[in-house]
Order: sequence, then C-alpha cells, then structure tokens
Amino acid sequence: MIKFLIKGLLRDHHRSLFPILIVSFGVLLTTVLYSFINGELNDLIDSNARFDTGHLKIMTRAYNTMASQMPNDLALTEVEKLILSLNIRYPDYDWTARIKFVGLLDVPDENGETKAQNPIFGLAVNLFGKNSKEGERLNLAKSIVRGHVPEKPREILISEEFAKRMNTVIGHPITLLSTSSGGAIAVQNFIVCGTVKFGAAVMDRGAMIADLSDLQYTLEMPNGASEILGFNKKNYYDPDETKIIKTNFNSLFSNAGNQYSPLMLTLEDQNELGEYLQYITVLTLVIIGIFLAAMSVVLLNTGLMSGIRRYGEIGVRLALGQSKDQIYKSLLYESALIGFIGSVTGTALGLAVSLYLQEFGIDITETLRNTSIMMSNIIKARISIASFYIGFIPGLLATLIGTALSGIQIFKRQTASLFKEFET
Amino acid sequence: MTDSQIIKVNNLIKDYTMGKQFFRALNDINLSVKTGEFCGLVGPSGSGKTTLLNIIGALDNPTGGDAIIMDKSVNALKSKEAAKLRNESIGFIFQTYNLLPIYTVYENVEFPLLLLKKNKRDREEAVMRALEWVGISDKANSKPNQLSGGESQRVAVARAMVKLPKIVLADEPTANLDAANSHNILKTLQKLNSELKTTFIFATHDEKVIGYLRRKIILGDGKVIDDININ
Ligand SMILES: Nc1ncnc2c1ncn2[C@@H]1O[C@H](COP(=O)(O)OP(=O)(O)OP(=O)(O)O)[C@@H](O)[C@H]1O
Ligand SMILES: [Mg+2]
Repeated sequence: MIKFLIKGLLRDHHRSLFPILIVSFGVLLTTVLYSFINGELNDLIDSNARFDTGHLKIMTRAYNTMASQMPNDLALTEVEKLILSLNIRYPDYDWTARIKFVGLLDVPDENGETKAQNPIFGLAVNLFGKNSKEGERLNLAKSIVRGHVPEKPREILISEEFAKRMNTVIGHPITLLSTSSGGAIAVQNFIVCGTVKFGAAVMDRGAMIADLSDLQYTLEMPNGASEILGFNKKNYYDPDETKIIKTNFNSLFSNAGNQYSPLMLTLEDQNELGEYLQYITVLTLVIIGIFLAAMSVVLLNTGLMSGIRRYGEIGVRLALGQSKDQIYKSLLYESALIGFIGSVTGTALGLAVSLYLQEFGIDITETLRNTSIMMSNIIKARISIASFYIGFIPGLLATLIGTALSGIQIFKRQTASLFKEFET
Repeated sequence: MTDSQIIKVNNLIKDYTMGKQFFRALNDINLSVKTGEFCGLVGPSGSGKTTLLNIIGALDNPTGGDAIIMDKSVNALKSKEAAKLRNESIGFIFQTYNLLPIYTVYENVEFPLLLLKKNKRDREEAVMRALEWVGISDKANSKPNQLSGGESQRVAVARAMVKLPKIVLADEPTANLDAANSHNILKTLQKLNSELKTTFIFATHDEKVIGYLRRKIILGDGKVIDDININ
C-alpha cells in the first residue's frame, strides 16, 4: 500500500514536484530573509561596537553629557590605573583606551606651503601595545588600500577617499591642527603611511587613525583618554552580561556628585542603539510573520487545490472499499512527506544562499554615500540557530494544515457525490 | 429472509435537500434480489436508478426505510464497516470507467487486493486471471490514457471482479461504448455471472443492456413500477 502511494506521488507531479517546489521556495525565502535581517543587525551592532561604542564604554560623567562634541578637556585621567583594575574585576572583557578628536589636516607642498586643508575626525587607539587587539578590531591590515599599517610612532592612516581628495602622497608629512585638552592650539606633524577603506561611509569621508600615545602627547593628555572601551573576549555582544557589569562598575566607581568620575554605558545605552535594536527586532518579527502568513496561505491553497483535483480519485478509492479514515491518513502522510522534503530542500538552499551572503556579501557602497549611520557597506547575512527552523517548521506545518483542511472539505461531502466529480 | 436473498430493500425513501426544499428521489421502494441474479434497474433519466444503486452499495444512506445487504443493514453500518463491506463483497463498474490515471492497468486492478491485504503472489495470480477474463492481459503495463473506451471498461470490469465479490453494481456500463464493445462487455459479464454465481445489478436505460437482463425492475419517479422476470 505504501509503495502504491509513493508510486502515485512520484508519477503525479501535481502532488509531488509542484508542492515541493512551492514549499521549498517559501522556506528558502523565509530562511534567507531571516538570515539577512539577522546579519544586518549583527553587522550594525558589530561595526558600532568596533568603531564607536564598544560592548561597554567608560567616559567621565561630564564628557558623556557632551560626548558628540568630543570635549577632551573633560576626558578621563589616570587611565592606566583604571584599566588595570578593570582587567582584574572584569577579566572576560578586553579594556582599551581611545581618544577621539576633531581637527584640520594640512598637506604642505615641497616648500612647506599649504597645498590643501580639510577637517578631519580622528581616532587614536593603542596601535603598538604588545597585547593590543585594536589593529585587528578595526581591521586595519585588511582595509589598507595603499601603503602599510603604522609601524612606528607618528605614522598615521587616513581614508583613501580623503587622501584622493587632498592629493596626499604616501610617505609625505602632513600636519594636524587641533585643540589641546587645555584649550590651546595643538600642532603636530605626522607621516601618512597608508590609506584605508573603513567600510563605513561616515569614516570614509574623512578620518585618520593614529596611535594613542601620539595623541596623548599632541593634545597634552598624559595618561588620559576620551573613553575606555570594553570588548567581550568571545567577540560576542551579550546584552545581559553587559548590563550586570555596568551596574556593578557604576556602583563602585561612579559618583553622581563628581563630574569627573567615570560612568559606564552599555552598547545599547549609546547612539539610541537600544531602541533601534528593539525596533528592528519588532520589525523582523512583523516581516517574518507576514511572510509566513503569506506562505501558509499559498501552501494551504496548494493543499486545497490538490485535494479538489483528487475528489474523483478519492471517490473511487472509497467505492473500492477504502475507509475515509484510511484515505485521510494517507493524504496526511503524503503531505507530511512533501512538507518535509520541501522544507528540508528549502532550508538547505536558504542556508546555502545565506552562507554565500555571509561569506561574500553584496557591496552597497554607492547607495550609502550620503548616510551617516556607522554601518558596514557590505550587505551580509548571518546564519543563526533560528535560521535552521524559521522556515522549516512553518513550511511543514502549513503543508500539513493545508491538507488537513482540504481533507475535511472532502469528507464533509456525501460519499456518493464525490465520484460524481469524476464523471463531469 | 432466506439465505438466497442477498439484497433486500424495505420501504426505502431517499430525499435530497436543496436549501429548504427537498426532493424525493426514491419513494417507498421494496424489492429483493437473490444470489446469482443478473438483473437491472431500468427507467428514464432521473427515475432514481443511480440513487438506489448507491444505497445498495453502501455509498449513501437512506432517508427512511432500510436496505439489507448480505444480512447487514446499511442504516446500522458505521462508515468503516460500510467500507469493509464494499471492500470485501461489492464491485463497482461506472459509466466513465473511473480508472486511476496515474496507475497502470495492472496497478488499477491490483488496488482492491491491496486494500484486502493479500500477499504479492495471490495478488499477481488474481490480477492476471481477471485480466484474462476480460481479454486484456497484453495491456497490463499500459496507462489508462493509452486505452480505448472499450478497453478501459474491460479494465474496470477486471478491477470489479478481481476480488471475486458477491455483488457487482454496474451503473450505465455501456453508455460510452459502441455497440460492438457493449456486446463484448455484456457477454463477458454474463459469462462471469454464470461461472462465478456473482450477483449483478445494472442501472440502465440502454436497450442493448436490457436485452441481456433476466430480470427488469422498472423504476419511474422514484417508485418500482414493474418487476419482470424472464426465463
Ligand atoms: N446529490 C443530489 N442532490 C439533489 N438531487 C439529486 C442528487 N442526486 C440525484 N438527485 C436527483 O434525484 C433524482 C434521481 O437521480 P438519479 O441520479 O438516481 O437518476 P438516474 O435514474 O440515475 O438518472 P440517469 O439515467 O440520468 O443517470 C434526479 O431527479 C436527480 O436530479
Ligand atoms: Mg444515473
């Protein structure tokens, strides 16, 4: 009997191949869509963390209130000591100091005359510390377009786009004009040792990366820093853990009465990322929900159609002595098999496409030229555990429910009127 | 009821409801059929032949009265028991053959035996024998759409006969066939009736079929008008 049913499935493409294709396609789309949103979200968190927020960030209370202006006169002091105790208290995180600054970059010609001058955003990180992961974190080596990563003090990287605009030659000196922490004019010569593509439009428009010590010296901030960032050593943002650390740190070190006392923030406390993440999560659920509903309706309809197509066959099987229960069961088995094969195929294909997007991505640099969100220019998917079932389960269920409902429709009819359909 | 009365219909009424109205398709039918009869329900279109045949075949339920098939009241049968009765004891032949299009001739004829859970060797034997009865063994591996109308109906006869049922119900079996094919089928059925003692009930208004019947139960407007035995 089972052989008989399987023969039927294999020979009648209307009840095997087509439903399987439909299920696979729906499941494929759902899986890819989910992985894609997941990837974008992850990428957003990741690039924000790496370039700006860390998983945790410490600033002075005063700096925090005006952080967008990068007020280095309100920066953290005695940073080394603080990092030392952070490393002891929260050893699962990598703690590192950064200085953020704004200024003008001045490119002199052979005679020392200004050839071009342009505003710049600067990030000074620990480039040369022997345990520093900052170079890797900012992906410097891989982002180099020309030249090389800084190997000694006073060497800086600037964005390729900016370098082109300024006609900078690699290896030539360049002058930074900025404001010291004391409010005086700070001037310092650097050597451009290479250019980079940040992969974040806002940085690519005009940013430089320099060594922390150089800027501590230039901006007269000995042992000072704009901020200390904490990164989970597992490279994974854990919202719950960061909240616990934040609360713990602030109760120990922060003092509401002291403007210069340090204050810790989580990633979600910054740049309205928390709300953004919530918004995206809700949006994801809504999109996936709509998608699943649409897919279910299509599959349900397919189930109904194939049921209706088979009224005649079912009538004959009843006349030949098969009971309604047996027929109903066999229809369900068939659709379970089809739903399963379709969902497996769809999930496999969906994961393959997602994996491709995860590994290679789609470059959308051009379309992002005018946005200022700090996100990667590559659309990437990310496979998570949910990618394995987000399409699979609804694919299987929708097929089964479609058949179950159409089956009920069939059996509400009088037995005798079923195979009348055959005759017309 | 005597042993030989394989079918007994008592005061049978069948109403079809259409919205709030109902239509009485069978109106107080009484008749009995003995084992081995070769009889037919004869009457004009709409007289209730198919309706009566479906009730005798336990495919439909009466509105009133009862039909006793092989000592079983169709009113008392649950749907599973009705299926079992059809499976074991009743063969159907339809006007439109109703072969399953995706299965071969062999598989179509084999299907009732699968339902009876016969083993492979018994099935093979029975299928080949039934195909021989109707003279279509050479088409065992053909699909229904490769057959002519006459061949299709012969396959349908083989499918009805393969399990050696006690009763065969044939609703207008020749309506789609030319004269030569009709006579061929009818002769085959007549032969099976005399060799196997299978009870045949036809529903027909085809003169060719009526010519073979040994008993004509004449229906008109849902009633038995006449019952003629020919010996
Ligand atoms: N499902 C149904 N619903 C409503 N009325 C029906 C239904 N089936 C049959 N009828 C009516 O019952 C009457 C008897 O129908 P039936 O099919 O038994 O006639 P018949 O003698 O087999 O006719 P034919 O020779 O055309 O096959 C007809 O008037 C028909 O319209
Ligand atoms: Mg009829």
